[in-house]
Amino acid sequence: MSTVNQSTVNRREFLELAGAGLLIVAAAPLSDAQRGGGAGTLETRLHIGEDGAITVLSGKIEEGQGALTELAMAAAEELRVPLDRVRMVMGDTDQTPNDGGTAGSGTTPRTAPLVRRAAAAARSLLLAAAGRQFGQPVDAAARLEVVDGAVLYGGKKYGYADLARSPELAAAYKEALPAGTTVTPAKDWQLLGKPQARLDLRELVTGAHRFPSDIVRPGMLYGRVLRPPSYGATLDSVDLSEARKMPGVTAVRDGGFVACAAPTTLAARKALAAISATAQWKAVEQPSSDDLFGYLKQHAKPQERPQAQVRGSVEKGLAEARTRLKASYQVPYVQHAPMEPRAAVAEWQNGRLTVWTGTSNPASVRQQLAETFGVAPDRVRVLVPHFGGGFGGKHTGEAATEAALLAKEAGHPVAVQWTRAEEFMWAYFRPAALIEIEAGLDAANTISAWDIANYNSGASALDTPYRIRHTRARFIASDPPLRQSSYRVLAATANNFAREAFTDELAEAAGKDPLEFRLSHLDNERLKNVLNAAAQRFGWVERRKKRRPGTGIGLACGTEKNSVVAACCEVEVDRASGVPRLIEVVQAFECGAILNPANLRSQVEGCIMMGAGPALREEILFKDGKLTNARFAAYRVPRFRDVPKLEIILLDRKDLESAGAGETPIIVIAPAIANAVFDATGKRVRSMPIRAPRG
Amino acid sequence: MATIRLSVNGKARIVDTEPQRPLLEVLREDLGLTGTKYGCGEGQCGSCTVLLDGKPAFSCVTAVRAAEGCQIVTIEGLAADGTLHPVQQAFLDEGAVQCGYCTPGMVLKTVALLDNHPQPTDAQIVDGLNGNLCRCSDYARIMAAVRRAAAATGKKG
Repeated sequence: MSTVNQSTVNRREFLELAGAGLLIVAAAPLSDAQRGGGAGTLETRLHIGEDGAITVLSGKIEEGQGALTELAMAAAEELRVPLDRVRMVMGDTDQTPNDGGTAGSGTTPRTAPLVRRAAAAARSLLLAAAGRQFGQPVDAAARLEVVDGAVLYGGKKYGYADLARSPELAAAYKEALPAGTTVTPAKDWQLLGKPQARLDLRELVTGAHRFPSDIVRPGMLYGRVLRPPSYGATLDSVDLSEARKMPGVTAVRDGGFVACAAPTTLAARKALAAISATAQWKAVEQPSSDDLFGYLKQHAKPQERPQAQVRGSVEKGLAEARTRLKASYQVPYVQHAPMEPRAAVAEWQNGRLTVWTGTSNPASVRQQLAETFGVAPDRVRVLVPHFGGGFGGKHTGEAATEAALLAKEAGHPVAVQWTRAEEFMWAYFRPAALIEIEAGLDAANTISAWDIANYNSGASALDTPYRIRHTRARFIASDPPLRQSSYRVLAATANNFAREAFTDELAEAAGKDPLEFRLSHLDNERLKNVLNAAAQRFGWVERRKKRRPGTGIGLACGTEKNSVVAACCEVEVDRASGVPRLIEVVQAFECGAILNPANLRSQVEGCIMMGAGPALREEILFKDGKLTNARFAAYRVPRFRDVPKLEIILLDRKDLESAGAGETPIIVIAPAIANAVFDATGKRVRSMPIRAPRG
Repeated sequence: MATIRLSVNGKARIVDTEPQRPLLEVLREDLGLTGTKYGCGEGQCGSCTVLLDGKPAFSCVTAVRAAEGCQIVTIEGLAADGTLHPVQQAFLDEGAVQCGYCTPGMVLKTVALLDNHPQPTDAQIVDGLNGNLCRCSDYARIMAAVRRAAAATGKKG
């Protein structure tokens, strides 16, 4: 099937779904991140209904980060319509363009500009059409203005509904976006840049919204999957016959994959228990979290994917240094544990597969399903309803494949929702990190050499933002003992933890205040600004002079994904448990021109609290191929009791491009806490979760 | 199997089911009330919170039989004739929602909290809600919503 045909079919279907009207094709070149949908990529971006209703389409998904409202704001700004005129359709492979996965803080810098350009082009069309309608020449149309979705002239009004009904414009809409389409500069924004309430909240506070796990289809069954008792265990034998005798139960085995579906979740659990009782497994030896960091080092593969950023000669720099310090930092595996575990509903009809699931990659999940079931991608539709949190943990489509396999076998739609225990054990983890740093101070007590190596977790934010003549930053892959992949801001959290904690050690060796020491090594004005903003609001200089027994203060800063962040915090150390308590955090963040300050504040507050989890308590423990703390009772995530006094400073830089903001604000809380614990106890902390010396 | 008579959001509902089945699954699968969420299945996260005779309960660990004779309120039963309950309105006004999966449980737990403590201190809010998890970690905003709801209902009273 050709791309053209497929595209035509999809557009026709879209018209049926969205109502009659005209399509505006946004054919702006796709960035690297936006490619990947191959033949299925659609270009349709914006739809104007004959009632004037505006629908914006994006392959991005909403998981609570506020993308839906942000993209609607971007469209409304350029269309000059009130925000409530814009409806969003997101994450539906039959309707929406492939905007790439929702990851890497990419929606703000890459997708919002595409939406803005399409909307600006639509506004230009409206102006031109209104000009013709009012008998104004084209160049005079430039003096017309769109206000509240319409052009007013001589007592007459011409709005988007008129544009949608104007047949002679259909051809123009289908042309590629004019290359020169310009968007409204930030200084002139009327809607962007001002706090806007999320558009999807009413459905969420009433429980009306259907998350992926809430989707119900006629005749739907509930599925359960047989999981191995330990990592790496293989299935020797299993007997499905007892389960198959149960009323309404379908049981399926496909190689090592065994699953069942039943009319209720309870019946599915019972069927699975019957299957599980007959399963014979062969276990294999597995590493334990007790020797995790030794394991990562032993299994290092320095020749694989070597990544090093080098300035000057770190060997020379270290050799010439007056003082040399060395330390290693440890960050264990953690789990995303979103409130909604993985879920999918799959339905086969006439050889076509429709799946509703919570994934940040609808296009790649569609591709994966097509390959798995040997059907053309255009026979597969993946819909992603706003889902219950991902944090980088739902880039895959496991539940979608499982549900589709069961649905095919059962001849009914099947829902699969992972249990919490499954989500802990079988979802991928944030990689553990072993980070080794050696640095040198010169005679002037400035950092002259810096050598950092991250084993296993990644290279994000590994390079130092400080002015140092001789640096080397290396990422060294290892053979990970657990299934690992992305987590909010990737390895930037681990790398910032190590760098910022070690920077405090260097400051101490240099006899300098941590703030002063950092500022003296920074050229990045944006980073200096957030550091100064946080320190001033916190009262860093004054509070360094006052000591309160059992408490300490610390700070940290960092940059990633074109945004900058700094935090100061105060902790109280419980000498009995060793667990520090976070008393106060002041965090300053800057991500260019702010699109929605209200949502940004939520993201920053959420990042601080989420980041405090691994900093203070979260750690996946495993032994003999099993997790030993795969429950919320044992794996302690942040709760209300942990909320400190929080102050957020958002610096708005209308002169800079807007950067994504859902990730970077998480990177400084752990090192700020570690540095505060040192301040309180005089003992350096080099591993997460952070523990103060007891007694 | 047994015939279980329930009162859900003021309506009588009769279900034929295993009496030990979790109330959560009956609400979601038999009664179509999907606003109540599965989060952990063992009463550690609060996503499945409902009110039983005004008291918060983890519906994932409550056998449906045990809810017989109780007035069950789920998130779908709070708004009256399209008007949001003051607690829902406060969550909306405060923007105390990110992914929203924990929100029904948080809202119902807050309704119960304000029933006991119409003007709660921060310590009472923390104690009252600590059993409910929000992985978006929007706790500070949720606390602000609880304070806002208390202020709104206090004014009315």
